[in-house]
Amino acid sequence: MNNQNYELVVVGGGPAGLAAAQEAYDQGIRDILIIERDFELGGILQQCIHNGFGLHYFGEELTGPEYAHQFIKNIRERGIDIKLDTMVLEVTPDKKVFAINSDEGMIEIDAGAVILAMGCRERTREAIDIPGSRPAGVYSAGTAQRYINMEQWIPGEKVVILGSGDIGLIMARRMHLEGAEVEAVLELLPFSGGLTRNIVQCLEDFDIPLRMQQTVVEIKGQDRLESVVVAEVDDNFKPIKGTEYEIECDTLLLSVGLIPENELSEEAGVEMSSITGGPIVNEGRETNIEGIFACGNVLHVHDLVDWVTEESLIAGKTAADYLKGGIAKRSKAIDVNPGENVGYIVPHKITNKVDDRKLVNLYMRAKQPMADVKINLYAGDKKLLDKKARRVEPGEMITFPVPEKMISSNDISSLKVDIVKEEK
Amino acid sequence: MGKKVEITCISCPMGCDVELEIDDNNQIECMEGNNCKAGEKYVRNEYYNPTRILPTTARVKNGVLPLVPVKSKDPLPKEILEEAMTEIAKVELEAPIKLGDIVIENILDTGVNIVTTREILKKKQ
Repeated sequence: MNNQNYELVVVGGGPAGLAAAQEAYDQGIRDILIIERDFELGGILQQCIHNGFGLHYFGEELTGPEYAHQFIKNIRERGIDIKLDTMVLEVTPDKKVFAINSDEGMIEIDAGAVILAMGCRERTREAIDIPGSRPAGVYSAGTAQRYINMEQWIPGEKVVILGSGDIGLIMARRMHLEGAEVEAVLELLPFSGGLTRNIVQCLEDFDIPLRMQQTVVEIKGQDRLESVVVAEVDDNFKPIKGTEYEIECDTLLLSVGLIPENELSEEAGVEMSSITGGPIVNEGRETNIEGIFACGNVLHVHDLVDWVTEESLIAGKTAADYLKGGIAKRSKAIDVNPGENVGYIVPHKITNKVDDRKLVNLYMRAKQPMADVKINLYAGDKKLLDKKARRVEPGEMITFPVPEKMISSNDISSLKVDIVKEEK
Repeated sequence: MGKKVEITCISCPMGCDVELEIDDNNQIECMEGNNCKAGEKYVRNEYYNPTRILPTTARVKNGVLPLVPVKSKDPLPKEILEEAMTEIAKVELEAPIKLGDIVIENILDTGVNIVTTREILKKKQ
């Protein structure tokens, strides 16, 4: 086998891997390899040709490919090694990375540290058990996005979209502009998980109906999809008998959620969160295995790539610190726990002692939409901090900065955040 | 009597619901619900002259991919988006393509250029 050594191996050349590698380099690490399975860098951004990226990180509105280009350029300028068309097969707990490509065959790389940045993949028809026949014309929305935006295939002419997450909304506009008829976007929940601006710009702009609390209960068609049967659902998401109606269509796009892609992490023995589907990490984005880090959608599914970048810079910096001689630990770790109306919080714990840091950002998602709320931070029973928000949505990640001085005391062993209605 | 108009502000991910009161001369009399200056500007513009950036693709010959993503460099009037799509569909570019190359100058006399948003290398023969 072909044996190689790198100080840092980054698995995945999407936005997370690129930012992490860039930051590790800028922190003084020179011996870095990025491994990417596609034929080019940039990851999913290359198919997200719409604008709306970068408002937070770059302060301007970019398309996905433009956002990716900034980082690809930085990686090239730094001369960081890249292996494209290369599949990582295994990462071991002692940080050996096994990969394969058609030029080099099997490669075994000894890494000083590993950053997991594999991203996520889409849930499928099988994952949500839609009954019916199995005709052509049923796609996950992201697959259709790649076909239309990169490979010059239009999946169909008459479209129903199940799921009003951002990909579903973006694809409704895209299919419409490419000349398809978008019959409806259906959403199982009573609210959309997509960004508000996407509901306005992708549906309302083109009078595409968004139907809440409805789902597809049957797929019909022999060779090609001919129609879907739709029904209203009750509060437990069970279809209500008697509400069924049929929509003629040749294409069904499924935008029914994303799953962090963690087979490599699990095989490496990385401890996982059942809520995020990603690794459990500390504030440096280090997993339970020393020297193995995770960032981006492999850690938890983000709404904005800007937050992926922010998180990946953290992972890149901590990986560099680790390689440069280790990270000082607090005498007692702080567990970070979600309270009322908080789905999850990343990081899951705060374990590092970093004297010059001013803030630790907590990233979290609300479980339910809520207006006029207070977001409260507690240490044990003691309230440390709160902030008001006019609105929280499960689709929009909340950043809650915690000043280091509030948590530097070793007496603190747990933090909790809840989101409650503000008392007037 | 004037009328009330509701516009969802999308100048940032906050998505404020803004309510406008419009008087008989089509002037904005009162704006409520926005939380910032950028929001005020957006809503005013959205009422009088709604515009959108148009992201789409153009065909490419001899590239590593058959398409290059493009966008309108500046926002276009909302009502001409579909017409602009038809114009862009007529174009075929030749690889290699750089990011920011002009695909169509002054599309539909709007003064706005359509530009590429990534590079496309030439396909190896």
